[in-house]
Amino acid sequence: MDPTQTGGGKAALIWRFLRPSLWLFTGALTLSMLNTVFNAATPQIIRTTVDSVIGPEPFALPEPLVSLLRLDSLELTRGLILAAAAILAAAVLSGVCNYLSRIWTAKCSENFVKGLRDGLYDHIQKLPFSWHTAHQTGEIIQRCTSDVDVIRNFVTNQLLEVFRTAFMVVFYLVVMFSMNVKISLVALGFLPIIMGYSFFFYTKIAKRFLAADEAEGELSTTVQENLTGVRVVRAFGREQYEIDRFDVKNQRFTDLWIKLGKLMSAYWASGDLITGLQIMTVLLVGVYETVGGGVTAGEFLAFMSYNAAMVWPVRALGRILSEMSKAGVSIDRVKYILDAKEEPGPAEPVEPPMDRDIVFDHVSFGYEEQGSTVKDISFTIPAGSTFAILGGTGSGKSTLMHLLDRLYDLPEGGGRITIGGVDIRSIPREYLRRNIGMVLQEPFLFSRTIEENIKATRPMASLEEVRAAAATACVDAAMAELSLGYDTMVGERGVTLSGGQKQRVAIARMLMQGAPIMVFDDSLSAVDAETDAQIRAALREHEEGSTVVLISHRVTTLMQADRILVLEDGRVAEEGTHAQLMERGGIYRRIYDIQMNSEDRVLLEEGGDD
Amino acid sequence: MAAYDEKEYAQSFDWRVWKALFPYLRPYRKTLIQIFVFIFLCAFIDILLPLFQRYAIDRFIEGNTTAGVAGFGGAYAAAIILQALFVVAFTRGSMRLEMMFGRDMKKACFVHLQTLSFSYYNVTPVGYIHSRVMSDTNRIAALVAWNFFDMLWAFSYVIGVFIAMLMLNVQLALLVILVVPAIALLTWYFQNRILHWNRKVRKANSKITGAFNEGITGAKTSKTLVIEDQNFAGFQKLTGDMRASSVKAARLSAVYIPLVLFVSSIATAVVLARGGFLVREGLLLLGTLSAFASYAAGIFEPIQQLARNMADFISIQANIERVTGLLDEKPLISDAPEVVEQYGDTFHPKKENWPPIKGDITFEDVSFQYPDGNEEVLSHFSLHIPAGTTVAIVGETGAGKSTLVNLACRFFEPTAGRILIDGVDYRRRSQLWLHSNIGYVLQAPHLFSGTVMENIRYGRLDATEAEIKAAAEAVSADTVVKKLDRGYDSPVGEGGDRLSTGEKQLISFARAVLADPRIFVLDEATSSIDTETEQLIQNAISHLLEGRTSFLIAHRLSTIRHADLILVVRDGRIVEQGKHEELLRRKGYYHTLYSKQFAEEAALRALQAQ
Repeated sequence: MDPTQTGGGKAALIWRFLRPSLWLFTGALTLSMLNTVFNAATPQIIRTTVDSVIGPEPFALPEPLVSLLRLDSLELTRGLILAAAAILAAAVLSGVCNYLSRIWTAKCSENFVKGLRDGLYDHIQKLPFSWHTAHQTGEIIQRCTSDVDVIRNFVTNQLLEVFRTAFMVVFYLVVMFSMNVKISLVALGFLPIIMGYSFFFYTKIAKRFLAADEAEGELSTTVQENLTGVRVVRAFGREQYEIDRFDVKNQRFTDLWIKLGKLMSAYWASGDLITGLQIMTVLLVGVYETVGGGVTAGEFLAFMSYNAAMVWPVRALGRILSEMSKAGVSIDRVKYILDAKEEPGPAEPVEPPMDRDIVFDHVSFGYEEQGSTVKDISFTIPAGSTFAILGGTGSGKSTLMHLLDRLYDLPEGGGRITIGGVDIRSIPREYLRRNIGMVLQEPFLFSRTIEENIKATRPMASLEEVRAAAATACVDAAMAELSLGYDTMVGERGVTLSGGQKQRVAIARMLMQGAPIMVFDDSLSAVDAETDAQIRAALREHEEGSTVVLISHRVTTLMQADRILVLEDGRVAEEGTHAQLMERGGIYRRIYDIQMNSEDRVLLEEGGDD
Repeated sequence: MAAYDEKEYAQSFDWRVWKALFPYLRPYRKTLIQIFVFIFLCAFIDILLPLFQRYAIDRFIEGNTTAGVAGFGGAYAAAIILQALFVVAFTRGSMRLEMMFGRDMKKACFVHLQTLSFSYYNVTPVGYIHSRVMSDTNRIAALVAWNFFDMLWAFSYVIGVFIAMLMLNVQLALLVILVVPAIALLTWYFQNRILHWNRKVRKANSKITGAFNEGITGAKTSKTLVIEDQNFAGFQKLTGDMRASSVKAARLSAVYIPLVLFVSSIATAVVLARGGFLVREGLLLLGTLSAFASYAAGIFEPIQQLARNMADFISIQANIERVTGLLDEKPLISDAPEVVEQYGDTFHPKKENWPPIKGDITFEDVSFQYPDGNEEVLSHFSLHIPAGTTVAIVGETGAGKSTLVNLACRFFEPTAGRILIDGVDYRRRSQLWLHSNIGYVLQAPHLFSGTVMENIRYGRLDATEAEIKAAAEAVSADTVVKKLDRGYDSPVGEGGDRLSTGEKQLISFARAVLADPRIFVLDEATSSIDTETEQLIQNAISHLLEGRTSFLIAHRLSTIRHADLILVVRDGRIVEQGKHEELLRRKGYYHTLYSKQFAEEAALRALQAQ
């Protein structure tokens, strides 16, 4: 792969999507640190109050502050009110920091994830069609959803949390050490144990989680298969058997989780035990130090507060660090998509007129691993004519149309396709495709309304135009009859159209494109012969002058074309007008005979020989 | 993916809904009691811990002595160790309860699903049922086992702290308690709003997943229509909505959390100011003041937790309704009590009483209307099918070809009239008796995860390996097995997705042969299968039909031609019946159908045969 386009490692991917919100990220981080600083003020206020307002100690505060608040001549009530006010002031400041850091974190997180999702979607759409056929939909979607969430969580939760906790621990420890080294050392000594213990545990437990998760997946599959296979289950009377199978999976799932639960339970309890002992030890050492005069009572209280505030985040840090390794895998999985190369544009793009002859010139092509599907094919589709292609499954007819629309590009030495003499590889894809209206064999409708589907290529078109196109495709009446008419949603959330209706809606959608070249890739197969004829008649009337390519098995469809090409096993078997081909007495003639004289009893008997 | 819009359930608390859980909880009374006891003990120690600090300050620091520290440390350590043990006991109990309770609910759903009729499966999407069996039961179990008891802990902790504070100093205690309503009010105000936006976020999220899905599955269409940019704009709107909703939810939290912390700081400030005064006056010990400060800071988290958990917990009412809704679904077809008495039910068959079956089927003046349909699709229909007859049913897609099969197999029962099997109304026999004698092969054959061997054995569970292999050979399924690297022990993948459609079909034939049913139903595949497999399948079918009464929902010319009786279906009604030649000669609808549908098949065959 080209390293300039793949753009380096995991950090580069994070950087690419985080950069637009970098100031939010640093802002959020800075403010959350400030928040920690303001939070650290409260124990100091309590300490000062206990030691110097209630107690007799001199104020251990900077001189300007002492003189400003006239603390040297302080009576009790004013002192206590000042202390309360100081606590509220610290609370307000920390609250503001907290608020802003949360908002900025959220914005940063949402910007990041929006950027990443948009980037993925846009990129996936621009990836070549061959990439799409080579990858499974479910797999790609998982990368675009679950993996993206893991990455987002990594960047805007875990990363921030690690920075924040690290800063907090360092800051609190600095404050603690400045008060008393001994107690601080004791407190500090426990921290690696707490963190290491969590980290170790979550790393260990990951495997068991996986096993339990898999058991759940198996159970889920069993249910799913029973539901989708309900007809088979009933038809064989296998209800009890199914329940037995389900029981085994259900029990396994239950047992694995209970086992995991025991481990978790041991972890929680021992975690509580270690942190509890840490707090106790700090308390006991603190008591000795205070009684021995090493610290004041107020300082002792401050110590206890700082220590308690630190323990939980440190415990969480162990867990976060162990989970952060997951993010690496997700980043790689997303990077895989983003690193795939988009369809490249031509070096010297030309946008020639498209109402010209289309020439396939010694075209050979094969899909990966499949050998060649199309072998040295040459023919010309004259501008403005109707050109028909007939061929069996795998004869390469759809491949030719894929090549014409540049869903696949002809490799070097695979011949060339020209429109008005211009090689289509030098025509920009958008321009080419916009000028070739293509109706696919199995049409895909978007889960939007029927109107939106039909006017997909021209969103500003009026309903009249939409209906006119639908009328040409002989589907207007059927659509207007639906309860919501053209506003009916298609797909999972809406109506299910029949195969024939889908094909006709797809034709209407293609007509809206107003392209000078139209390709019908077996796109009337689900429509009965009468409607097929009607649609073609309507087309001839409306779209005079366009070049039309028809792929069909129906002789009645084929025979009206100006020219007919018969493909066989990737090669041209016959080519000519209907009359010429009839004269010739080849495959076309045979198919004509079968289809047009189907009532012939003799032929029926022949059909039974297979 | 939310394919099927869930109906919104009423949010107001309904005791009757919750009562449905009791039968599932009853077997775990002991576990429940265990959790109750240990949760209270945990809360008790949590309340106790700040008092250790109070004692240390008052006794050692204020008393300026270290006498008795060892005993104090011992008691403190004992409390911490006890706490750890209580945590083990409670979490193990909860995990056990969650899993067992969930397991039992899942089983109840699954067993019930095995009795429900096809009318239910026909109108209910699989995903919708699946989520009830898996996610809803998981959520109910988890919330009952953990969330409920967390609330109990928080509640007893808060009450306990109030009691402790009141015992230590009534005046200060009342000052702290005064702040509680403020927290409650804030929580109530914000939680509902946050919940509202979070719901929007979830909806936006599922839309984004849907858009990815559509973008990927519709890639070819998007490319040919050149609407990538437009799709991308639509997608950006979705991610934009998602960002807006998420930021909105985050903004509410960003206001809520600092506000709660601020209120908590007010409590601390009040305790410090008033408590400091009391200490100086000698009315309060310094240790008690510090305990108050701890309580005042520590009480707010449980209160918030209580509110959050409450909202979550109430929300499972909807999950309970969904699960009980499934369990309340009545099977449309059930055996009469006297039938169950004689032949047993689905789960406890009395096979010794089962009469042998010949496969002679009579429709006697049968009328039928689908439960979700609004017109009769069969009126006063009579037909005698002698044992061993091959009946082909033909018609266009969606014409209602399955109706007769559904009735004959008793997947549905006639609304009027009778269906006799071997001269006896089938309602006087058990469903399992009939189903055990039916072989059913679907158009899209359904296999279960597991090996080839297991899948064939599904037809008859006590079959020997030799019998299974014989069955496979009888329908040429052994050709499929030979291609697999682990032979009969090769896994077929989820739903059989490691095999091609044709291969799956052959395996499902073997399964049907092994069952050796008297009545055989085949829903023929329309999808194009390679010629070689096609030939194998044709041979297999003719083998299968020998000596059985069979219904063929037929698409292939050769199958139809060989049928003893052809039923022609149009718009849900049987319009013609007879043998192939008779029907053709009549030049009615069958003739039209034939020329339209089968002529193309014949043409394809001609092309393929070249």
